[in-house]
Amino acid sequence: MDWILIFSRAVEAGIGSEAVIYCLAAIGLNVQFGYTGLLNFGQAAFVAVGAYSIATTVATFGLPLFLGVGIGLVLAVLLALLLGIPTLRLRADYLAIVTIAAAEIVRLVVRAVALKDTFGGTDGLQEFAGTFYGLNPYPEGNYVIPPFIGFDHRTMWILTVGWILVIAVSLLLFLVMRSPWGRVLKAIREDEDAVRSLGKNVFSYKMQSLVIGGVIGSLAGFIFALSRSSAQADLYSTDFTFFAYTVLILGGAARILGPIVGAAIFWFLMIFVKTGLEEAINKNVINFLNVNQVGAIQYMIIGLGLILLLIYRPQGIFGDKREIALDAR
Amino acid sequence: MRRAVIAFTAFLGGLIFLLASGSATAWAEGESVKGTLKSQGQPVNGVKISVADESDKPVGDATSNAQGTWEVSVPSAGTYKVTLDQSTLPAGLALRFKDRATLTVQVFEGNARNVLFALDAAGGQQQGNTPDGDPAPTENETYWARVAQLAFEGLSLGLVIALGAVGLSLIFGTTGLTNFAHGELLAIGAFIAFFLNSVVGLHLLIAAPLAVVLSAAFGYGQDRFFWGQLRKRKTGLISMMIISIGVALFLRYLLLFIFGGASEAYRQYGAQEGIQIGPISATPKSLIIMGIEILVLIAVGVALLFTRLGKATRAVADNPALAASSGINVDRVIRIVWTAGAGIAGLAGIFLGLSQTINYQMGLQVLLLMFAGVTLGGLGTAFGALVGSLVVGLFIQVSTLWIPPEIKNVGALAVLIIVLLFRPQGILGRRERIG
Repeated sequence: MDWILIFSRAVEAGIGSEAVIYCLAAIGLNVQFGYTGLLNFGQAAFVAVGAYSIATTVATFGLPLFLGVGIGLVLAVLLALLLGIPTLRLRADYLAIVTIAAAEIVRLVVRAVALKDTFGGTDGLQEFAGTFYGLNPYPEGNYVIPPFIGFDHRTMWILTVGWILVIAVSLLLFLVMRSPWGRVLKAIREDEDAVRSLGKNVFSYKMQSLVIGGVIGSLAGFIFALSRSSAQADLYSTDFTFFAYTVLILGGAARILGPIVGAAIFWFLMIFVKTGLEEAINKNVINFLNVNQVGAIQYMIIGLGLILLLIYRPQGIFGDKREIALDAR
Repeated sequence: MRRAVIAFTAFLGGLIFLLASGSATAWAEGESVKGTLKSQGQPVNGVKISVADESDKPVGDATSNAQGTWEVSVPSAGTYKVTLDQSTLPAGLALRFKDRATLTVQVFEGNARNVLFALDAAGGQQQGNTPDGDPAPTENETYWARVAQLAFEGLSLGLVIALGAVGLSLIFGTTGLTNFAHGELLAIGAFIAFFLNSVVGLHLLIAAPLAVVLSAAFGYGQDRFFWGQLRKRKTGLISMMIISIGVALFLRYLLLFIFGGASEAYRQYGAQEGIQIGPISATPKSLIIMGIEILVLIAVGVALLFTRLGKATRAVADNPALAASSGINVDRVIRIVWTAGAGIAGLAGIFLGLSQTINYQMGLQVLLLMFAGVTLGGLGTAFGALVGSLVVGLFIQVSTLWIPPEIKNVGALAVLIIVLLFRPQGILGRRERIG
């Protein structure tokens, strides 16, 4: 077994583009679920909106990339308003069901054959990331980071932009959550009625939280689409949202560092298990499995991990058990 | 018409399978176009498919094999025209859209591109429904026949959803748990029956009741050893909701792990000839399935209304603390609800597998429809779940008159959101429940 290969792949994934994407999506969920206690199960919809906004703007309509970024942010705000208005006055599980339904609607619409000319059907859209990679300051080549990991110049560029975004958003949230506004959000999570009795407009605060979380989710969508130079509908299934929740809960909800550490560990473990098992199968160390089953094992581990985390350590790595909204209704 | 729907679902199932296998071979070197031809879940072999490049210069051709698969390798990435030779189709089969025998596809570098041709029984094409979903002008009579047919199919889908949703709603009512793993209970029922039917070799009529019993046992075990323990630990409801997502992920991929990603079918009662009843064409199996579904739903309703246990269940759903203080064993009631709910869900899964195909994602696909039905009818009310599910089923099928079948679920989910705007408690729900 080639342990160096396994470790280098796993470390690369832990700081790679998947980690950035899931980290941003989980930061969005952190605003909604961690700080405000809103159960948004449709984060995949916001990510898809971000990804498809830039893809459609550039690949279908031939407009500039940065216009697509603007459109994506606006659409994410609109989607949040659309979901929030009917549900934020209702109990938590209604928001959960409506957002998960909305995420499926978005996915089914962008993959529809009837709209193939606009969204590219199940193949999705490609060839829209040219502008972005045109700005790449890294000269062509492979960049080896000692001792054993390395990325090509395109990945280096997307990772630079991605992690800068993560840090910027996290710093912003750090400041915002210490402000009076942030304290109102946390108070809503703890006791909505108490906040209402203090004269705060709970509905409006929840809506703001949903919008901000959604916009951060669309940032994840930009990085998702750019890093793969393609936008494909089936990548934005409900599983994406659930993995983002796993990332958030693993790191610790209602903590700035939670999603960052959660995403790094999540992807390190994912790829460690995957490459490890594939190596073991290819080198005949394990002979009762085949390579096609590795994916299924990965997802079973995620499911099991989510169950065990919530039972034994709902606060994750950094969180505070008293701060997790797990009893709200 | 019924067959068209089966063919369509087979086509969708095949699509998922192809996507799954496509991703596995995505890193194989060399570009190609490939696909699998299926009709009603059965592979179609001996069909000639030819590929030409943009300037109509032939690149190669292939004939589908016994598994229905074909593959043509192409020299480089680019745009290709894939043509299905309609004269080589077996008798009785035709393309769903006759004008779509030639498809233009884009092949990307290192990509094995999947190309799908939708096949139907000849004469059973969806008349008046062009690929774009615009209803072509048809005569009034055939239009109403179509409405009747779709309403019938909607009723049949609605009954399956209702069967699953009743358990979901009762579990929600008695424990407060929004169980995201309920769809997997259907899938597990379908797969247990499949295992007993195809691997052990029992006739489906024996395998199905056994599978229902095993599903019920699984539900009992789940509550006894898992959810019941969590309730004892006083785990929060949102916590349990997220745990149920973990359970759903685990079970779904366990099914993938054991049974693989292909769409399966039972050995008996595969494709059946439809019989004509007035304007409606229905297969005998779908009529029998609907009959059983109605009987089970009536039995559940009668049990809830008139038996001691049913009254106890409703009492627990209404107010667990009060029910406990008036001498009802709440834990026992919940355990019975879980057992019965899982058993009925397993039955629903088998019926779903009979009318469509069995694959590991069937639970996820039907889960959202059950949620839509339950929410539409009113969370936590068994009869609301029934009414809501029927509405969802009817709406999904009838809406294909105006929208392309592939996005028919969008309509149902959109209605769910709109209903919440105007009547958040659902059709039969009570105002105070939404708090």
